[in-house]
Order: sequence, then C-alpha cells, then structure tokens
Amino acid sequence: MNIYVLVKRTFDTEEKIVVSGGHIQEDGAEFIINPYDEYAIEEAIQVRDAHGGEVTVITMGDEEAEKQLRTALAMGADKAVLINTEDVEDLDQFSAAHILAEYLKDKEADLILAGNVAIDGGSGQVGPRVAELLGINYVTTITNLEINGDTVAIKRDVEGDTEELETKLPLLVTAQQGLNEPRYPSLPGIMKAKKKPLEELELDDLDIDEDDVEAKTETVEIYLPPKKEAGKVLQGDLQDQVKELVGLLRTEAKVI
Amino acid sequence: MNFDLTQEHQMLKNMMRDFANEKVAPGAIERDKTKQFPTEIFKELSDMGMMGLPFDEDYGGAGADTISFAIVTEELSRACASTGITYSAHISLGGAPLHLFGTEEQKKKYLTPICTGESFGAFGLTEPNAGSDAGGTQTTAKLEGDEWVINGSKVYITNASHAKHLAITAITGTDNGKKEISAIIVPTDAEGFTIIDNYEKMGLNASNTTELVFENVRVPKENLLGVQGNGFKQFLTTLDGGRIGIGAMAVGIAQAAFDKALRYSKERKQFGKSLSEFQITQFKLADMALKIELARTMVYKAAWLKDQGRAFGKEAAMCKLYASEIAMEVADEAIQIHGGYGYMKEYEVERFMRDAKLLEIGEGTSEVQRMVIARHVGC
Repeated sequence: MNIYVLVKRTFDTEEKIVVSGGHIQEDGAEFIINPYDEYAIEEAIQVRDAHGGEVTVITMGDEEAEKQLRTALAMGADKAVLINTEDVEDLDQFSAAHILAEYLKDKEADLILAGNVAIDGGSGQVGPRVAELLGINYVTTITNLEINGDTVAIKRDVEGDTEELETKLPLLVTAQQGLNEPRYPSLPGIMKAKKKPLEELELDDLDIDEDDVEAKTETVEIYLPPKKEAGKVLQGDLQDQVKELVGLLRTEAKVI
Repeated sequence: MNFDLTQEHQMLKNMMRDFANEKVAPGAIERDKTKQFPTEIFKELSDMGMMGLPFDEDYGGAGADTISFAIVTEELSRACASTGITYSAHISLGGAPLHLFGTEEQKKKYLTPICTGESFGAFGLTEPNAGSDAGGTQTTAKLEGDEWVINGSKVYITNASHAKHLAITAITGTDNGKKEISAIIVPTDAEGFTIIDNYEKMGLNASNTTELVFENVRVPKENLLGVQGNGFKQFLTTLDGGRIGIGAMAVGIAQAAFDKALRYSKERKQFGKSLSEFQITQFKLADMALKIELARTMVYKAAWLKDQGRAFGKEAAMCKLYASEIAMEVADEAIQIHGGYGYMKEYEVERFMRDAKLLEIGEGTSEVQRMVIARHVGC
C-alpha cells in the first residue's frame, strides 16, 4: 500500500509564545510535529505493518523542518519529502493544499493521512482541500480505521458522538485524538533515521509558479489571548451578591 | 571545537524528555513511598531499544555512543532518580564488563538478555570490608575440577533481584602474597546463592539494592570473565564508565531541583513580591544554573573522550565528583527556596536531596574521586 502522511512543523503551544511586530517570535520557541499529525504518522505505520507497503511523510517549510521529518522517520516512516517554501512570502491553506496536491497528483497514493487540524493555524482545511484537488474521497476527524481490500470502515468523531461509515480507497483521512497512541521513536529508529531517504524539492521541481500559489487570505493581526485576571469573590448577603453578580455580568462582562 | 549535540542526540533528548515527563515522573513520589520497582517503565524502555544502548547490534544492542547514554540517564534521573540509577547500573555495571571482557560466547549468552531487557544488569563488587579498596575482598572462588566454588557475601548490589546472572569479584588465589582477584559470572538461580532485598535506605527507594550470599555456589570454569587475576583492573575500567552515568544522574537531579525552584520562586509571593524578584533568590538560581551547566559540560566531555577512544579516567572522576557535589548543593538550595513546603514530600525537592546523597558515595566516594584525580594530575 502506498501511504502518504502530511505533516506540519508547529511551535509547541505548551511552551511560552512571544508575539512581536505581528509575528510569533521563532527564537527560543520549541518546535514539534503538530500533535494531530503524530496520530496520522502512527496510523500510517500501523497500516503499513498490517498491509505492507511504504509510508512517505511530506512537509512544507524551510530546512529546519527536516528535524520533524527525521523524527517521523525515527518513529518508523520509510521516506520523507521536504518541499522547500522558504522563498515564498505568503502561504495559506489554499497555497499549501495546491502545492501538496501538485506533488501527490502522480504518486498513486492509496491512503493519505493528515492531522485533523494544526495547533497553530487551526484551519483544518489543508487535508480536505488536497483530497478535493486530487479528486479522491476524504473523511475528517477519524478515531478508527479498518482496511479490508479496498473497503475502508471508519469511525469518526462528530462533536463527541461517533459516526460509522464505509468508503473506498484511494482515500484521505484526517486524524482525531483517540485514533491511537503515537509511539516514542525507538533508539534503533533514531539511529536509522539519518540513513533513510529524505528528498528536498523546490517549487520549481513541481513546476509550480510562485504566483499561482499566492495566499488568498491576508493575516491582519496576530495577538495573544488576553491575560487571565485574578477572579473576584463576591461577599456579603446572598441577595446582595446576586444583585452584584447580575450588575457585573451586565456592565463589566457585558454578556447580558 | 563544537558544543552542539548531533541531530540524533537532540532527537533522543527530546524523545527521552517526553517519555520521562509522561511516563516516569507521574509515579515518582508514590514509588519513593512504596519502594515499588519501576517494572512497567523498564518494559517500555526495552521496547524502545534503550536497554542495550551502547552495545553491539550483534547482541541486540543499539550501538549508540556514551553521550547518548548520558542523555538517557540524565533525562530519566530528572524525573525519577531511582529509575535513573537502575538504568545506569544496568548499562555501565551490568552490561559493560561483559561487553569489555566477555568472550564471544559469553556475550551471546549473557549480554544479549541484558540488551533485550529480559535480564537486568548487575555487578557484585562491594563487600562489608571492601569497595574501592579491593584488598579487603573476602569472597573466595576455588577451582575444584571444572567448577568454581564460591563462598562469601556482597553488599549494596544494585538490580540483583531482577538479574538472571551477574559478574562478581572473588579471590581466586594469591600472587606473591597479594590476593589475586578475578571476575566470575554467576547465574542468580544457582544453588546456594541467596539475594536479600531488605535494606532501608535514605533515598533511591524504588531502586533495587541487595545483599548477596554465596554458600558453596558452583559455576562452570568457563564462567571466568576476562583474565584470571585481572578482576580488580577490569573493575577499575568498568567504574570509569560507570562514573559518567553517576555524573549524568547527578545533572538530572540537579536540573529537576532547579526547575522546581525556578517555577516556585516565580509563583510564591512574600512581602508583596514574587521570590524571583528578590536578588537573594536570583543569585541562588544563577549559581544553581551555573553549576548545572558546568557539571553537564564535564559529563559530556568525559563521555566524548570515551567515544573518541581516548583516556577519560580523570575526566570521568571529575564529572562524577563535581556533578554529585553540586547535585547536593542545588537540591539543598531548592529546598531552601521552597521553605517549609520544600520539607514536604509532595514538593519533591526533599526527595532530590535524599536521592542525590548516594551519588557522593556510590561507585567511589567523593574522597576516592579526589584520590583518582590526584593520581592523574601527578601526585
């Protein structure tokens, strides 16, 4: 089975994030594989181990993203592809989907996996858009995947409920938390990761003109959520407390 | 000159940090209380290929370097020093002598189960009257026909309850009136071999520390490890490597103590300011960070020298001595910064201090390290 995983390098949101001049400061930020993409990588490895074939992880970004690809290779992926977009100024979901689809269009992928959403941009669009461009089926936020021949039985998370459905390969799915528990890369895996093939491509190699993948959206502003203020404990008579609370909800919180 | 970790080292560090935070740290307080050996953690480490880290792939090892060993030991010890010492002893005391001095057959038979995690690695050296002073050794092994007959006892032996076999040192004769000491591999299920696990320790409570008793224990002649009469020399070589492990452990504990102290000093407010705004606390934290940085650099240097195939005995003693002493100092300051809370088990820093103390004692006390260093610098 020919399996591809779309991976994004994101900053670790559990670490401190500093915004300055409308950009997130990359200095000092920790970078990781988008956690939802880790589920996708793990599932790809499991599918390959059960059905045979090859897992290729793909990412877009600068050379730093090689680290995340090597980690995926250490987990057990077979090959990696880095599409270098360092020179492209503005990229959005449209651009990413277009570039990835250009790369994937002649690869005859049986199964493409991606994270359900990236924890930075959080659009959840790239996976489905790629499937649309490739003209294949897609199912988002999956929590279980069973492949039998070219029939695929899927459970997906729908706002806390589970939907069961059946579809056919070739297929793109996006992974939701609960799909599996991503493995830690093994030590031999880490040692072998360097020797596994990692191909680096430029947009030129994909015959893509920069203008054709120019972002369709514009980021107006980036800012951190407001700092959490200390809570207020109301005191006094219960009657007065209720009055004060209603007053605050109206005048301060402005929710009623 | 290059101070960067390689991409593999960095990946290993990130992975071990995640593993230590997610799997090792959560039960550390509980294990310290219940003295429960971290069996499940070691099952996972076995699956991750960590148990045979520096040993050849032919025996199921991963063929990684000493810097990798230091990284893994530091990260495990940062979360739980009992787990850290179990791992460090497994590799550097259990596996290393077999790797260094074993015959092909011995390695296949005894090193392989250590690499796969089927057996823990242990090493039986210390006796009631002998540690770094091998002259006090009283355990004897007499050759009777094709068998060694072993009598005597060992104390403070790490991991023996979980080992299928271990190398021990014993007197195998006299050479010009001096005791001839050799290393012999003994299966732990041998008749007459008793392992007693009932020490009550100050710290490292979840690690396994045992007494060994040998009463006419018979093992085949070919269980001799290395050269007859070279037992002491072999053990000195083994301990050089082990000291890098102790150094890495100490750095891990010190880092954990520092991290807790820094976080607490930012949260705790007294006299209208957080502790971290007081210069006295800032200076404490600056000194702690400085010592940890120096200790880690020394550990890496000793490990690097070993990986280059160069002499590293002096540096190993230096890193062990310095790191273990600063681990005590840093843990002490971390408790001080926590005040009364630091004295409570829930805040963990008191455990770091109890755990760190052993590092100034095990695998050669601080005093013995100074003797080793003095000898290296020409005294």
